[in-house]
Formats: sequence, C-alpha cells, structure tokens
Amino acid sequence: MGSNCKSCNKCILHEKFNIKAEQDELIIALAGNPNVGKSTVFNSLTGLKQHTGNWPGKTVSNTRGHYTYKDKKFVLVDLPGTYSLLSNSIEEEIARDFICFGKPNATIVVADATCLERNLNLALQVMELTNQVILCINLMDEAKRKGIFIDIHGLQKDLGIPVIQTAARCGHGLDDLIDAVYHMALGNTLTNPKKIIYEEKIETELKKLIPRLKPILNNKLDVRWVALKLIEGDLTILHSIQKFLYDEISLDTHREVACFYE
Amino acid sequence: MSNPINLLLDIENEISNKDHSLFRDSMVSSIYKEAESLSTQFVMKSDEKKYNWDEQLDNILTSKIFGYPIMFLLLGLVFWITITGSNIPSSLLADFLFAIEAHITTFFMNINAPKWLHGILVLGIYRTLAWVISVMLPPMAIFFPCFTLLEDLGYLPRVAFNLDKLFKKAGAHGKQALTMSMGFGCNAAGIIACRIIESPRERLIAMITNNFVPCNGRFPTLIAVSSIFIGSIVASQYNTLVASFFVCILVIIGILVTLGVSLGLSKTLLKGVPSSFTLELPPYRKPQFGKILYRSLIDRTIFVLGRAIVVAAPAGLVTWILANVFIGGESILSLIAGFLQPFGNLIGMDGFILMAFILGLPANEIVLPLLIMSYMSKGAMLELDSIEAMGNLFIANGWTWLTGLNVMLFSLLHFPCATTLLTINKESGSFKWTFLSAIIPTIVAIVTCFVLTQIVRLIGLV
Repeated sequence: MGSNCKSCNKCILHEKFNIKAEQDELIIALAGNPNVGKSTVFNSLTGLKQHTGNWPGKTVSNTRGHYTYKDKKFVLVDLPGTYSLLSNSIEEEIARDFICFGKPNATIVVADATCLERNLNLALQVMELTNQVILCINLMDEAKRKGIFIDIHGLQKDLGIPVIQTAARCGHGLDDLIDAVYHMALGNTLTNPKKIIYEEKIETELKKLIPRLKPILNNKLDVRWVALKLIEGDLTILHSIQKFLYDEISLDTHREVACFYE
Repeated sequence: MSNPINLLLDIENEISNKDHSLFRDSMVSSIYKEAESLSTQFVMKSDEKKYNWDEQLDNILTSKIFGYPIMFLLLGLVFWITITGSNIPSSLLADFLFAIEAHITTFFMNINAPKWLHGILVLGIYRTLAWVISVMLPPMAIFFPCFTLLEDLGYLPRVAFNLDKLFKKAGAHGKQALTMSMGFGCNAAGIIACRIIESPRERLIAMITNNFVPCNGRFPTLIAVSSIFIGSIVASQYNTLVASFFVCILVIIGILVTLGVSLGLSKTLLKGVPSSFTLELPPYRKPQFGKILYRSLIDRTIFVLGRAIVVAAPAGLVTWILANVFIGGESILSLIAGFLQPFGNLIGMDGFILMAFILGLPANEIVLPLLIMSYMSKGAMLELDSIEAMGNLFIANGWTWLTGLNVMLFSLLHFPCATTLLTINKESGSFKWTFLSAIIPTIVAIVTCFVLTQIVRLIGLV
C-alpha cells in the first residue's frame, strides 16, 4: 500500500473502499433503487471485465468493472441498490460514503421510468451531495408499453444535470450514457443541480451553520450537505468523516456514537 | 486546536433531539414533495384505466377499511378448505394404515414374537407414525398449496404492508411482518429470515416473538382440537365453518401476542426506536400452478412430514416404553403425569397433556400422537380411525371445552421446538437470548391458560 500518499484519492479508494484504480483511471459510481436494471446497465458497460469483493468490514458485496472509451480508462463501481441516502441501512451508508468520500468523477443514478417519482427521491439526495451527477432513466421500453411519457428535456433543464434515457435490456441509449459520462468525468459538462429548498426554520438554521462549518471542513466536503446532516442529527456522518478524513485522530466521543447504535 | 469531529459533534448537540427528529421529518417530506412535483410536471400517463388495475387492487387490499377483513377472510377460507378437504382423505389413510397394522399384528402372532417386541415396534413406533401420516399429510397437502398460491400471487407482501404500521407502533421493525409470515411455514425458517432485519435490537425482538404464530407442526393440532371442541358446539353443517373461524381467531391472538411481547421487549430489555425501511410491493403475477404444486408438495409437505416421521418414531418408542415399564404397579408415564397433574390442573389441562408438550419438544407435530398414545396405554383401547374417535378418547379422559381451548392456547404460545431453539442459538450466538426465547413464550402460555381457567372456573362455566 502506498503509505507515502495517504491523502491522495486513489489511496483512499483502495484502503477504505477496496477499489484499486490506476492514477489515470476515472472513477464512476453507479447508484439506483433496487430492481431498476442497474446491473443490466453495469454489465452492458463493462462486459466481462468485472471484479467482485466486499466493502471493507461489511458483508455487502462490491462489484466494479472496467471499460475504455475514447482512449480514457474508466472504473465503474456498482453501489448497493438503495431507495435513499438517509443512512437507514448499511447499504445506504455505503452508497452515501462512497459518493461523499470516494469522490467519483461522475455518479450515474439509474432510475425506473415506470415509477420515476419514487426514483427521483434518490436522485435528489445524490444531487445534494455532488455536482457530478447524471440521471439515467432506464426501462423506457416498459414505460412506453405502459403509456408513460417523460419530458426528458424539461426534466434535464429543471434538474440542472444531464438526463439520459435508456432501455438497457435492448441496448438503447447506452452510447449516449457513455458519452455523457465521458464529458462529465473530464469536466466538460457544467451542471447546476437543483437544490431542495427546505422549510424556513431549517434554512435559517443552515444560514447560521454554514459559516461556522466552512473553516472546519476546509473544502473537503459540501458544506450545505454536512450542515443538513447535523441539523437532522445524523451521527453516522460524523463517524464516516472521522473514518475517511481524520483516521489518525482518536475520537473521544467514539463510545458515545457507538452506544447510540447498540 | 480541538478535534474537528468534536467541533462538529458540539454543533450537532446544540440542537435538541426532539428538534433533530422534527427537522429530519420535515426534510424527508420536502424531498418527497419535490419528487412528486417533478413527476407531475414532467411525467404524463395515458390510458390510465387500462394499466392501473393493479394499483386499484392494491388500494383495496391494503386499504385501512378493507385490508384487515380481507386478510381475515382469505386466511379463514384457506383454513376452511383445509379442514373440509382433509376430512375424507384423512380417514381413508387411517383406515388403510390401521388395516396394515392388523396384518402386521397377525404376522407377529404367527411367528410367536415376544409381546414386548410387538409393543415397541407396532403399538409404539408404527402407530405413532400411522397417526402422524394420516392426520398431518392431508391438511398439509391442501394447506401448503393454498398458502403458496397466495404467496405466488403476490398477496403476502401486501399482508406485510398492512401489518407494518402495527409493528412500528410496537417498537419493532416493519420487516418483522415478513419474518412472522415465514413463521407460519416453519418457525426455524422464520428465525433464519430475521437476518433481513439489520438492527440487532429489532432482529432479537423478531426472533424471540416468532414462535407466537403457529407453524405447520402446530396447525394440525389446532385444526383437530378446534374441530372437536369448538366446531361441535354448533349444528354439524356449520361444524367446519366455526372450526376454521376459530383457528383464524387463534392466529389473530398469536399476532396480538407477538405485537404485545414485541412492545414489552422494546420498552424493557431491548429499548430503542424502530428504524424505517421501504417495502416494495411487487407486481401481481399470474401464478405458475406447476411450480406451486412442486414447491408446496415436495419442498414443504414432504419436508415437514419427513421431519415429523424422523422425530415421531423414536418419540413413539420412548413413550411406549414409559407407558409399559411399571414401577410399583404404576407405569413411569402415569407416575410423571401424576407428578405434573396438580400443575396441569391449575392451568386447565392435565398431567398427560403437559407431558406430551414436554416430550414434544423435538417437534410440535408429535404432541397429539404422544397424548393419544399415553391415554390409550391407560387401558382405554379403541380403534382410532377418525376425528370423532379422537374426540371421544379425549372426552373419556375428562376433557371439556375449556381443556381444548387451553391446549390450543398453550400450543400456540408455548416454548418453540428444539429445532427452532437451536436455530435461535446459532443466529443470535448467545445462550442468554436462546434461553429467553424459550422462557418468555412459556411464561406467556402458562399465565394465559392460568388466568383463563381460573376465570372460567370462578364464573362456574365448567
């Protein structure tokens, strides 16, 4: 293990997420609800170049695959299927931590076109966490059969991120997806993810907290998002910040946090 | 400089826990509202009626008004079909198997086999096996396919959806509704299914209370005793109807006790708040009848029956020996039963019944066969070829409707079988929780039967 570059992202990926990547490889995360064809998208992008293992210390399996597009090498990380990132379960925590601390070059959120509303919940939460998001609306063929029509351009404009429609089972739209991922990972795509405006009380609280958090977080994390987590009283995020950013500092509240979960 | 994590923790602690949860709820609902408004803005649906039949069906099956009654009716229907349908094949099987017994007995007499050998092999082992097969096979062969059909149609996830709220209120995990449903098949399977609950606290609650729903091993007991003592209260044409209705009531009692004990545990030994989860209602599917028959007959019926036979044969042997080895003019069986009698009487049963439940620890299936054998060995020999004959045997041994009721309640609530206990031990990895899983249901069962019996006797109904 490269112990002399503890701070570099690829080492964090390797040590904390069990993901090996070369310095020139771009990291892409694949998120989505269960049963939306996420694996189909994953398989069609990576083919047989896949590795499976476990997330460090967890019994949840971690699959990543490799592909090359236009001379660039990509590592695609299949996150556990989740409905949200509210850290209700180990899976949700893993997905959140990877997007938050693994700093993928782009995150694809795969959504089910036949029940978009439910899938948008996850997409909106990912958008709070990172700007580098692509929404992939899958199962378009099934939606068509069910008489569901989605205004892709309207949605894209409103969300402020690229929205790609696919039917991964028959391979439709995957080229567009790969292309969008490529441009986003290289930083060619300007996004402006729509942020949710919360009730007034929370927004006031946010205004108070953000200036205080800025010097503490030192640009390492999205300040608004961390503030939101603190407001909702999510202690798992503190645990993760400790684990991924300040491993060497001992946390004297460690026991307190642990008790909360026992 | 202070540790950044501690700074963050300080900031977090500035807000009270109550506000935290208020804020959290409000944030989640903001996200959902946003998703909803996006979806109404950018998603259009055409021809709604044609495609929404499943949504409408969901609205009925999981509605606040109809959800529970429909569950109750469907469950009752399955029991009714099971009781009605298994009467005839059960007695046919019994006739057949006891006819064979007569031939074997003749054979033993012809070769001048010693009396004890005939006793052990025929009256002990064979009879218990014959009883287990003729009483258990037909109901299982009907009940399992019906239950699997409901599962295959996609109805069970709706049941879990209906029950989810209740479990939340009991401080338990909504997924416990699913593990409980698995328990109807087999409690040991239900315990293994508890793995789907991540929080250790809620998993333990689900494991300890899984036993309160009757498994396949106990359904035949409940159905038989209910037919004898509850069904017979009314005119014969309503017999099975009332009996199945009562088994339904028992199941509901079991669910209520599950909720009650879960609530009790989450307030005392296993304190904490329930965590939330999302339950996806899968689409309704056309059932595949071939698969249903295979799965329910081979996987379940044969499996459960096989297990019952494996356990019943040695248990029959032991019981026969206990009943036929005499110490000072009394069989060991009668001595133990006599010892248990005062306590049995206190909770409205008798020493033999208690002993049958204790000897039935390896598998609940064999409680009734053991009981019958114990009673028969007392000298009341009769051909046991029907449910009526069994009823007569029980009544001859002093059973009243109260005894029947207590046996059903005790069977429903008492300690789990050995397999389940071993599974709990393996899954929880702790002897303490295994012990509690045995002792809590036992206490609940004893208290319930005691209170019921004393009240009924006080009023003078029996």
